[in-house]
Amino acid sequence: MTDATTTPGAAAPKSSLLQLDDRVRRRNAAERRFKAYGIAAVSIGLVFLALLLFAIIRNGVPAYTQTFLTVPIELQADKLDKNGNRDLEEIQKVSTFGYKPLIIDGMEAALAGQGIASPFEKAKDLEKMVSASAPAQIRDFVLANPDRIGETVEFRLLASSRVDGYLKGRVAREDLARDKNLDAEHLDVADAMRDAGILERTFNWAFIFGADASESRPEQAGIGVSMIGSFFMMLVVLGLALPIGVAASIYLEEFAPKNRWTDLIEVNISNLAAVPSIVFGILGLAVFIQFAHLPQSAPLVGGLVLTLMTLPTIIISTRASLKAVPPSIRDAALGVGASKMQSVFHHVLPLAMPGILTGTIIGLAQALGETAPLLLIGMVGYIASNYPDGIASGFLDPNSAMPAQIYEWAKRADPAYYERAWGGIIILLLFLMTMNIIAIILRRRFERRW
Amino acid sequence: MSMIKLTASALAIAAVSATAATARDQVQVAGSSTVLPYASIVAEAFGENFDFPTPVVESGGSSAGLKRFCEGVGENTIDVANASRAIREKEIKACAEAGVTDIIEVRIGYDGIVFASQLNGPAYNAFEPADIYNALAPKVLKDGELVDNPYTTWNEFNADLPAEEILAFIPGTKHGTREVFEEKVLAAGCEATGAHKAMIEAGMSEDDAEDACIAVRTDGRSVDIDGDYTETLASIDSNANGIGIFGLAFYENNTDKLKVATMSGVTPTTESIAKGEYPVSRPLFFYVKKAHIGVIPGLKEYAEFFVSDDMAGPDGPLAEYGLVSDPELSDTQSAVSDEQTMGSNM
Repeated sequence: MTDATTTPGAAAPKSSLLQLDDRVRRRNAAERRFKAYGIAAVSIGLVFLALLLFAIIRNGVPAYTQTFLTVPIELQADKLDKNGNRDLEEIQKVSTFGYKPLIIDGMEAALAGQGIASPFEKAKDLEKMVSASAPAQIRDFVLANPDRIGETVEFRLLASSRVDGYLKGRVAREDLARDKNLDAEHLDVADAMRDAGILERTFNWAFIFGADASESRPEQAGIGVSMIGSFFMMLVVLGLALPIGVAASIYLEEFAPKNRWTDLIEVNISNLAAVPSIVFGILGLAVFIQFAHLPQSAPLVGGLVLTLMTLPTIIISTRASLKAVPPSIRDAALGVGASKMQSVFHHVLPLAMPGILTGTIIGLAQALGETAPLLLIGMVGYIASNYPDGIASGFLDPNSAMPAQIYEWAKRADPAYYERAWGGIIILLLFLMTMNIIAIILRRRFERRW
Repeated sequence: MSMIKLTASALAIAAVSATAATARDQVQVAGSSTVLPYASIVAEAFGENFDFPTPVVESGGSSAGLKRFCEGVGENTIDVANASRAIREKEIKACAEAGVTDIIEVRIGYDGIVFASQLNGPAYNAFEPADIYNALAPKVLKDGELVDNPYTTWNEFNADLPAEEILAFIPGTKHGTREVFEEKVLAAGCEATGAHKAMIEAGMSEDDAEDACIAVRTDGRSVDIDGDYTETLASIDSNANGIGIFGLAFYENNTDKLKVATMSGVTPTTESIAKGEYPVSRPLFFYVKKAHIGVIPGLKEYAEFFVSDDMAGPDGPLAEYGLVSDPELSDTQSAVSDEQTMGSNM
């Protein structure tokens, strides 16, 4: 610097604000590079997110539509009610197997009515196009309306999963060459029926609200029952983790003396937050099922296990938001004569509430998507086919949970279940997204910064 | 405070649970993941046709299911254990110690175990049990001597097999399938190649030789899959030369991805297994606690419905899914309706 002033006129000054020297240029370049790295990192993340969403939506959306056949079925009195006295007890004796011939006859009649020639020698082959759930559907109808025996009633029956897969482009003609579940001729019939308008693919509410089905009828399976299971688990988590977590953090933050014991507890809570979730599953199996003899696979036990998992998350976020309330609030309350407890419950807690709720919702969202601890308490590998019939049975009857249901579907042999697993992921993601959005809104709306 | 109310209600829920947990009106089933699809098909049809609630079916593996089955008698133990192998002496003893003495054994039919590879991969069409043994055993007989398995490709010991690297995905030890694979393929191959005889001659005891026969090599060419068949399928998908072990029903549902290998010249189908031509098949069972019949509503009806001609017969939905129906099904039916326990027919 001093050189420039002592030798004037020799050259332009070496450093100028307008002209960058080498070092500045290098520093600027380093900054630009760093920014570029950052942008690259973010965009790699975004690309993967986009790929993931694309894959989920492409694979999962077909699960929301299902193929239905409209078939007129004659409820033949000689088969369903042999004595003709419309006695419900006697009608009940005809099992679903007794209804199969009616469906075959109905399919033949439907084809004949539309002028479609059946390529099969045996009419029985037509049955493969209809879901195995159809006989039960018709039987339920007959048991509910015994007076309609003898009439011809039009039913909307589920098509079998292979026919459905053909309409969705999952099953190709050449795939069927070695498949014993369906033949290429069935696809010709399906094409003709679709042209005639008696085979159509429509939105399938049963996927969202229905129960799980056995492996032979993926077309019938739905995620509804496991959604209820997840709901009851979340109730348990919310009912236990929120009060316990908030009470614990208020005590630790506001009342507890600062000594070695509270330090130890603090360290342990932080450690607990980092414990792998499967460990809570083992704990749950040992304590709740083997020791306390709570029922296997029950949402109550699932909820208890997830409560243990969620507690540290809630405690940590609650303590953080209690800490964020400035001491002046407490001092002012104490100054006008409030007791310690009044200052906490009347002033500090309401101000910390948005933060607490945000932490709780994020903890719940985490618990909702958790599968590993459920593995050990029998909520995975279970067929969620029964709706709970009341509040108590919702907590205590065996049930599955959404992530466990998705895992279960992904394991099954029929490829149609794979599609349903992706469809289930969409619902789970929607739930998680909604919860996170609520958390963000709460934070934006109510959080105060000092 | 609302917080106190919340806590109180949570405690109330926990208290209710302790009392309500005693009454149970549905049948509870657990066990083999191979039997699970069949059991769930039966459970579903049972729920549709009877006034009883749909039985609760869980998987977890044959051994895990039988372990839970043997925990004791009472409403918080399971009623039925599914198994893809027969119950062992050890397990019967464990059951008896816990008070589970009268067990009804029900054979529902047979399941084929098939070897399959990627649809577009090399064709394996000349398998004999000896080939599998040569490919997967830790010690094989070569030129009259027991040596550490030197083979890396299939054609080294059988010229009819393709010149592909050996890579097999076999079920893990917790699966019932593994036991059948060991007994019907590895042990048979061990005998056939003469390795068994060589082991005895080398001074091994009969038991040790049998154990050595069913061991698999640990150099990464034989991979244990502890998960389900879908996991094996995924491994096959990413390894064109890999060969995997599946249940027949799983293969039949995934013919668009898998190609089945013949064993001793026979292609596995329900027909060839029913006739006994295809060598690698096994019976599937479920076990019922007799003490629970009459206590748990619908238990006997469920067991009878499972083996009825409508379900387990050759034209029933179980056969449609891939079960090889039992030619002696009528004997099983009468045994179930008479509640014949395992002790009484021995």
